[in-house]
Amino acid sequence: MKTLNIIVKGLSLFIIINLLFTILQPEIGRLSAYNIIFPGRERLPFGENSAKAYNLSLFDLNAMFASHRIDGDQKQADEFRVILIGDSSVWGTLLKPEESLAGQLNSANISACGKNVTVYNLGYPTISLTKDLLLLSHAIKYQPDLIIWLTTLEAFPLEKQIASPLVANNQESLLRLANSYRLKVDSNDPAFNRDSFWGSTIIGKQRALADVFRLQFYGVLWAATGIDQIYPSDFTKAQTDFKVDQKFHEFEPPVLDENSLAINALETGMDLAGDTPIIIVNEPILISDGKNSDIRYNFFYPRWAYDQYRALMVAQSKINNWNYVDLWDAVPANEFTNSAIHLTPRGETQLAEKIEPVITTVCR
Amino acid sequence: MTIIQILVIAAAALFWGLVMRERGRSYFLLITSVIVIFWLQPSLPLRGFDFWIPTSTLIVAVFSWYISASEESRREKKNWGTISILAGMILFINLTRFLPFDSIITRSRPPQTVFLFMVLALSGLLFFFITRLKHFNPSLLSTSIIGLIAVFLALKVPALAYWVSYGIRSLANQSLLEAASTDLRWLGFSYIAFRIIHTLRDRQMGRLPVVDLAEYVTYIIFFPAFTAGPIDRIERFIKDLRTPPTPDNDELLIAGQRFMMGLFKKFVIADALALIALNDTNALQIRSTGWMWMLLYAYAFQIYFDFSGYTDIAIGVSRLLGIQLPENFSAPYQKPNLTQFWNNWHITLTQWFRAYFFNPVTRWLRSWKKPMPAPVMIALTQIATMLLIGFWHGVTWNFALWGLWHGVGLFIHNRWSDMTKVRAAAWATTPSRKTLLNVSGIIITFNFVALGWIFFALSSTSTSMQVFLKLFGLR
Repeated sequence: MKTLNIIVKGLSLFIIINLLFTILQPEIGRLSAYNIIFPGRERLPFGENSAKAYNLSLFDLNAMFASHRIDGDQKQADEFRVILIGDSSVWGTLLKPEESLAGQLNSANISACGKNVTVYNLGYPTISLTKDLLLLSHAIKYQPDLIIWLTTLEAFPLEKQIASPLVANNQESLLRLANSYRLKVDSNDPAFNRDSFWGSTIIGKQRALADVFRLQFYGVLWAATGIDQIYPSDFTKAQTDFKVDQKFHEFEPPVLDENSLAINALETGMDLAGDTPIIIVNEPILISDGKNSDIRYNFFYPRWAYDQYRALMVAQSKINNWNYVDLWDAVPANEFTNSAIHLTPRGETQLAEKIEPVITTVCR
Repeated sequence: MTIIQILVIAAAALFWGLVMRERGRSYFLLITSVIVIFWLQPSLPLRGFDFWIPTSTLIVAVFSWYISASEESRREKKNWGTISILAGMILFINLTRFLPFDSIITRSRPPQTVFLFMVLALSGLLFFFITRLKHFNPSLLSTSIIGLIAVFLALKVPALAYWVSYGIRSLANQSLLEAASTDLRWLGFSYIAFRIIHTLRDRQMGRLPVVDLAEYVTYIIFFPAFTAGPIDRIERFIKDLRTPPTPDNDELLIAGQRFMMGLFKKFVIADALALIALNDTNALQIRSTGWMWMLLYAYAFQIYFDFSGYTDIAIGVSRLLGIQLPENFSAPYQKPNLTQFWNNWHITLTQWFRAYFFNPVTRWLRSWKKPMPAPVMIALTQIATMLLIGFWHGVTWNFALWGLWHGVGLFIHNRWSDMTKVRAAAWATTPSRKTLLNVSGIIITFNFVALGWIFFALSSTSTSMQVFLKLFGLR
């Protein structure tokens, strides 16, 4: 009887705790050892080989931001806070934090509007405007004075918007944005990972919870080593020779259909930022001179599509009064690493030099 | 072992403990143990070896029983029944190769049945020749012990393991270029070897109790303790095995608590600490002395919770089956000196080495006509014992250094204790002084052990040295 009693009591407690968790949905991610025990991370957590990168990909936005330096830095009166939003080129794949765009801008010690500029790297790998928007919606509470949104055509196709795992696993946050702003989201999109009742219990969320705890543990190694990604000694350089291929996703020449691009996500970003200025930067791409480079600029883009995209962005900026900077050819081809958008440290320096005046002149 | 494997094993034990109770326990333990050793054996690059290795374990166990059993015991008819069960089980597992889906017991499809018959026939022939020996030949026991040690070396010395793999690949017509020292991971071999050597040595000393084949094989491959111990003694094990179990509520509760505690230690604490524990990669990346100490302590606790967690799981599961395995850890990090640490860390292993190496060697050295001075004898035996324990973990320089570290540490403690015993007793007259002495002892011992773990955690001597320098702010 004693054994049975204990089993029944244990099971009851287990069920009650699970039910309470399912009903209350506590935001465990807000509890973080970063910025208290460990220094905050220089960029949002992302990593595919946690054991070597001391980093991991998770989908809890609260936990991600709580682990970032921005969450622990009290904004000073003389601080001009700049946040960078974008893809892996902003996050800094293959780059140390100090080599990334944010790192380079910070080391330049620039000032804007009579204040000292502090730049925060809120880029995140995977290319999708909606993913950027999702991060922006969380970042806005950190009172930025300026938002620099680096993007590229690859982030625009509608089919790419929810494909980012971060978006697919944050349906509720995205729907909140859709309700409050003019973001168009199909709530029934099959790409969304919806939580069932069981998926909302502790058992159902065990992976997500474990990820939050693992992120805390990796804080030790982040603090001890300053490493947050794997730096391979060798990597495959970005492709410069191409097949004769004119296709860009489902788009065929000659027209890049504007209606199949997520321009709406940029508009929503502007609404979301309110009075905080946003500068949209068309980020540098690798311009190849290899085989069939008269057809394609690089792995991502056939020339016809990319050229139309640039023209479209200029036109949209005029119509919407956006602050737009086109830096598509700011970095030479030899300063790209393993992708047509990933830069070497020197390439980042060159980009930073182009962006510095944009920041310093924002008040004029 | 994965958590799923552990839960399946525990469920089988719980089912037997609650439902079957004493009915057919010995057969349940034997059959389950046989299945488990095939099931747990990881897949290997050498074709079919995830089947041949457990098969070899069983053949070695039967052979060891045969040469260590008494004449009367060998003649008992029930042993033929056990032989039939074992052969039947091996054949049954082999025949799963004909199932239309992936094998559920072995990692890969078992080899062709004709090869199994050949191996069994060869083994039978070997037994036939042994049975022809008119008189029991004691040298057979020594030869078998040497043979086991040779296999152990072939598995643990990287260069030897490589050549063994190379040889097997040549015979099996597999790629020689891919031969590696890690090809032969014989799950649980060191524990099997310890148990078998214990029985063979006790047979030589005339201390081995009479056991039948089923009892012997069950003792060697007892599934809860197969992969990570503890190393029980056969006389204690069969006493439990022969006592009808009474799995009452209290016993089930204790077993359950122990099991749950083991799961928590292993899969929550140890696995979490493993994320941040010192290893070959992070050892060279740490930027400050403070964090280096932190990672070293994380390793010290990780290895303790990992190992003692497995022990708790083994003890918990065995208690469900009415077998009380011996304790392996007793708060080792709370001991005030290194000698006490080793009396409470992996207890059954140290007891084994004490019984089968340290004590016999000490007796032998004392028996010399001109015995060497006591301190030299102590240094020699302690360092040699700890070196052997180091080599048991792997025949590498770092394990040798780890053994040497502890051997020298034990010797220094022995001498220090001899020199200061009287003075310490005279000084520690008040409870606070005694506590102070005890606490300082614990801190010093823990840190000494933790520093020793550097050699254990890392694979290269030069990295270990760099970690030492970093820990003391010299790099």
